[in-house]
Amino acid sequence: MKANPAGVLTGAHFFDGDYACAEGAIAAGCRFLAGYPITPSTEVAERITQRFPLVGGMFIQMEDEIASMAAVIGAAWGGLKSMTVTSGPGFSLMMENIGLAAMMEAPCVVVNVQRAGPSTGLPTMVGQADIMQARWGSHGDYAIIALAPNSPQEAFNHAITCFNLSEKYRVPVLFMMDEVIGHMTEKVVIPPADRIEVVPRTLTAKKPGQYRPYDAAGGWVPEMIQAGDGYNIHTTGLTHDERGYPQMTAECQEKLIKRLTGKIRENASDIIMVDESNLDKADVVLVSYGITSRVAQAAVQQARKEGLRIGQVRLITIWPFPEKKIAELAGKIKGFVVPEINAGQISYEVERCAAGKCLTRHVPAYGGAVHDPGVIYDAFKEVLHAGKTQTVR
Amino acid sequence: MAQNEVRVSGFGGQGVIMAASIIGKAASIFNNQFATMTQAFGPEARGSSCSAQVVISDDQILYPYVRNTDILVAMSQEAFDKFFPEMRENAVLLYESDLVKLCKLKPGQKSYGIPATRLAEEMGRSIVTNIIMVGFFAAAGGAIGYEAVRKAVEDSVPPGTEKLNLKAFQTGYEYGAKLLGKGGAA
Repeated sequence: MKANPAGVLTGAHFFDGDYACAEGAIAAGCRFLAGYPITPSTEVAERITQRFPLVGGMFIQMEDEIASMAAVIGAAWGGLKSMTVTSGPGFSLMMENIGLAAMMEAPCVVVNVQRAGPSTGLPTMVGQADIMQARWGSHGDYAIIALAPNSPQEAFNHAITCFNLSEKYRVPVLFMMDEVIGHMTEKVVIPPADRIEVVPRTLTAKKPGQYRPYDAAGGWVPEMIQAGDGYNIHTTGLTHDERGYPQMTAECQEKLIKRLTGKIRENASDIIMVDESNLDKADVVLVSYGITSRVAQAAVQQARKEGLRIGQVRLITIWPFPEKKIAELAGKIKGFVVPEINAGQISYEVERCAAGKCLTRHVPAYGGAVHDPGVIYDAFKEVLHAGKTQTVR
Repeated sequence: MAQNEVRVSGFGGQGVIMAASIIGKAASIFNNQFATMTQAFGPEARGSSCSAQVVISDDQILYPYVRNTDILVAMSQEAFDKFFPEMRENAVLLYESDLVKLCKLKPGQKSYGIPATRLAEEMGRSIVTNIIMVGFFAAAGGAIGYEAVRKAVEDSVPPGTEKLNLKAFQTGYEYGAKLLGKGGAA
């Protein structure tokens, strides 16, 4: 279905990534935001508070991020497309309820404009060190989807993608921006509403009494209802059967967890978006995401000038990780170079998928600044001249 | 590929970020170029130093930061002292001539001064100092032309203040045009 024109600011704008993200969310149909302000994500909420009154949305500033995430789950079950916005310290507080959202299959979007941590870290400065937390931060086995934009334009476009995926798979989708993308201002073109595809909620056609909230009917994703429509249903964080009733058995647990993780894993090829270039004859492949994918281009240009054959895989979807793509490339190249503004996170995934078939060279930056392109260039050279399969750190 | 790296600097409250935003908007929305604006996000309260960077290019911008400044706009002494060392050999300096005392620049570097704060006060509104500076930038910076910057000013200022701000823009532009011997404004 097409976007509701009421929420779409068609035209060319000069927006930072945070504002663009807010506009994308509104275009996608988001009408509820609960949050607690934190740099560098505050401008998303700021923009939402300016715009929601014009489109009939509701913003609540909660007492903290735990409550924010809880309110988002409640709003999702109440029938609204809902989101929250935060940065590292708030993301940590949200973890328990992100697990609850995954367990209750509440479609929602969590925006994390990453700053450098741990703890309070560098509140106004960039980091990309919440990537593993996004995947594994809540306890237990579950799966989420996470995306990383690399421009304000993508912050708009993929905020919409996040909502669409959350509806399609009934899963929390984590929008892993970073401080530079959030605060960087560029041209953002918002298309007419009839050019924006939005995925509506799949509500059941079944009658109360026949409907079972966690019956996926042999598929992966059950249909939903909205609270107040007369369905007396039960939803819980406890292991539950198709009726949503707690069922404390290993059999029920296995069935549920297989579906919760399987719905993402088995649909990975539908979910994953990567931007590839020059992979055909590459000796070295750069794997990057977010602002780092742009900073690294200075190194790629320099290397290509000197005749080095550098291919690129830019992750738009971070989770699920594009395992097949990396495994397939590993057999053909000398090695991967993985710059990230952390001490090593996605590089471990790359290394796992490369499975010893080629080198993996992580290029760390510890937060507060983007990479010096020179160190990425040096890593290209190092991989080209290194021995066969050692891991270079 | 034509690329201009611009830094706008001064102290908090002078409208430094707004000025940079207008310049970026002029290039990317009204001049069919690419522009990326970033800003120092520190505890920039009124009175402390403040700066924003705009990279303007005919092609897509990958690296978003200023490395060698082509055009430095300095609205305070502290800003000038801090940022003039990163000016390119043939860079242009645009400075607030009542607030900045220049040290010696390199031979290829050009500098143009404007008493923007005083001109704004003469208009009765010191708040438009930054817009006067933007007008001066359009005339003397050599990066983006009159029409695009004028449209960006009109598009960026709060509704109801367009007339005042466009007058301020014109004041800065004409001062610059005169200084460069370009004659009257476009």
